[in-house]
Amino acid sequence: MRLYDSEVTSRLLLGTAQYPSPQVLMEAIRASASEIITVSLRRETAGGSGAGFWELLQQLGARILPNTAGCHTVRDAVTTAHMAREVFGTPWIKLEVIGHSDTLQPDVFALVEAARILSDEGFQVFPYTTEDLVVGERLIEAGCEVLMPWGAPIGSGQGLLRRDGLRAMRAHFPDVPLIVDAGIGRPSDAAEAMELGMDAVLLNTAVAKAGDPVLMARAMAQAVEAGRAGFEAEPMERRDMGVPSTPVLGLAELM
Amino acid sequence: MITIAGSGLAGLACAYELARRGAEVTVYEKSARIGEGSVSRYAGGMLAPWCEAESAEAEVITLGSRALDWWARITPVVRRGTLVLAPARDRADLTRFAKRTEAHQVVDEARIAALEPELAGRFRTGLHFAQEGHLEPRKALTDLASRVKEMGVTLHLGTPAPAKVTLDCTGMSAPLPGLRPVRGEMAILHAPGVEISRTLRLLHPRIPIYLVPRGDHHFMLGATMVESSATCPPTLRALSELMNAAYTLHPGLAEASVVEVGAGLRPAFANNLPQLVWQDGTLFLNGLYRHGFLLAPAMATRTAEMLIPETENADHRERRTA
Repeated sequence: MRLYDSEVTSRLLLGTAQYPSPQVLMEAIRASASEIITVSLRRETAGGSGAGFWELLQQLGARILPNTAGCHTVRDAVTTAHMAREVFGTPWIKLEVIGHSDTLQPDVFALVEAARILSDEGFQVFPYTTEDLVVGERLIEAGCEVLMPWGAPIGSGQGLLRRDGLRAMRAHFPDVPLIVDAGIGRPSDAAEAMELGMDAVLLNTAVAKAGDPVLMARAMAQAVEAGRAGFEAEPMERRDMGVPSTPVLGLAELM
Repeated sequence: MITIAGSGLAGLACAYELARRGAEVTVYEKSARIGEGSVSRYAGGMLAPWCEAESAEAEVITLGSRALDWWARITPVVRRGTLVLAPARDRADLTRFAKRTEAHQVVDEARIAALEPELAGRFRTGLHFAQEGHLEPRKALTDLASRVKEMGVTLHLGTPAPAKVTLDCTGMSAPLPGLRPVRGEMAILHAPGVEISRTLRLLHPRIPIYLVPRGDHHFMLGATMVESSATCPPTLRALSELMNAAYTLHPGLAEASVVEVGAGLRPAFANNLPQLVWQDGTLFLNGLYRHGFLLAPAMATRTAEMLIPETENADHRERRTA
């Protein structure tokens, strides 16, 4: 899978928040074999630094995708992106502009505007968006080469709420990497997203808040791999009737 | 002679356990007053091993379960349990909390009202951890300092420690690899109209809070957890989130005076558990994270056993020779 100018093998991206401890987080990431981890750069760390925590993350050797989690305005998101570039030395930015603090639905208007500003400045933007096709087009016009539609509200673990929307998105943007970001709760949700033809899955809470985060990280990695293989293998068509899988002709007649 | 750098929670708890074993102890503290430079002044003072196990290793229960008795010998400990609650929309968090903890009882609306009458009708269900308790952190620290002085420990305030000490308990000031700060922000409220007698925890996916009664209608409201070394006062965002959540817990808190706000840096290792580390001939006790009052007694006991093993082994030797 190609994301901007980088070739990536693992199709599972993991967030780094809400784990019981950094040690559990690191074990979970290793178990998932993720190559990309997202890191939130909350603005209040600005007065000091989260260096202690970031140093631990950098030990993992995974590529860091800083995010603008918790930003509600264009200005906020752009400022956070600038800070992230300085701290992590990467042009990558997962762009989140939250429109509603309860549903954590993206503010797609501010998102497109921020994406344009950041792309013009040379950032490689990963926008957290909805499955709306027109918004997707606007983001691509703004310079995005990846789209990250939500599966369900962030942290809700509800799985894929609008499968048809995601299917339409896949059909509409056949060549744009699509990463389902947010809403994945179980391995079956992740597998389903991959079976729909999504290129990757990004999740955090489902692993961080599992009873055993390390085991869940491994389960998610397996689900993503299985779902992708299932998509590539082209599943059979569904039928209304049962069809025996062994020949029925030529069987001995039973009395 | 055992020398200790730092008269915070860890330093004083170790001085106590060492003095109890007959050691001659001197403590150096660079601040002029007890507790002034200690992050424990911003602590909740909860002695809640079973609740903490929700997000911590099981070791916290093993190490923390005797903390209540330990502290009760030194300072007043309120043993009225912890009441864990969640707004109706966050019931999933309560289910998760119950699944991941033990030693609690599921309480319904009527039982919640019996425990805390002012919460009547506000929450349909909750969890009561009856064996837990809390103390007043600042009083506990000065009480502990007075006790160790009575036991003959020498306490040098306003005096930086010599270059070489036996035991280093200086928290974030210690030069230990892998030690990181986790910022916490808190507020102290004075709410004359509010009667709450035990620690309350309100679960929320983003902003879980706790409210600890400090007596005389004072309450400690905490606490954020931010991976940051910032020592500035609490941010507006942190305070508004904490206070909004407090209002959800008890609308009467809206009339509270905000007596104090503060922020401190919890020293933590990668597994968020305390560690005893030898480095250049000095023993370091550090990484108490958010479990200072809970884990200091057990860690101080371990420290004392490491520094004066003869006392422990004396009994065994006698038994062997007998």
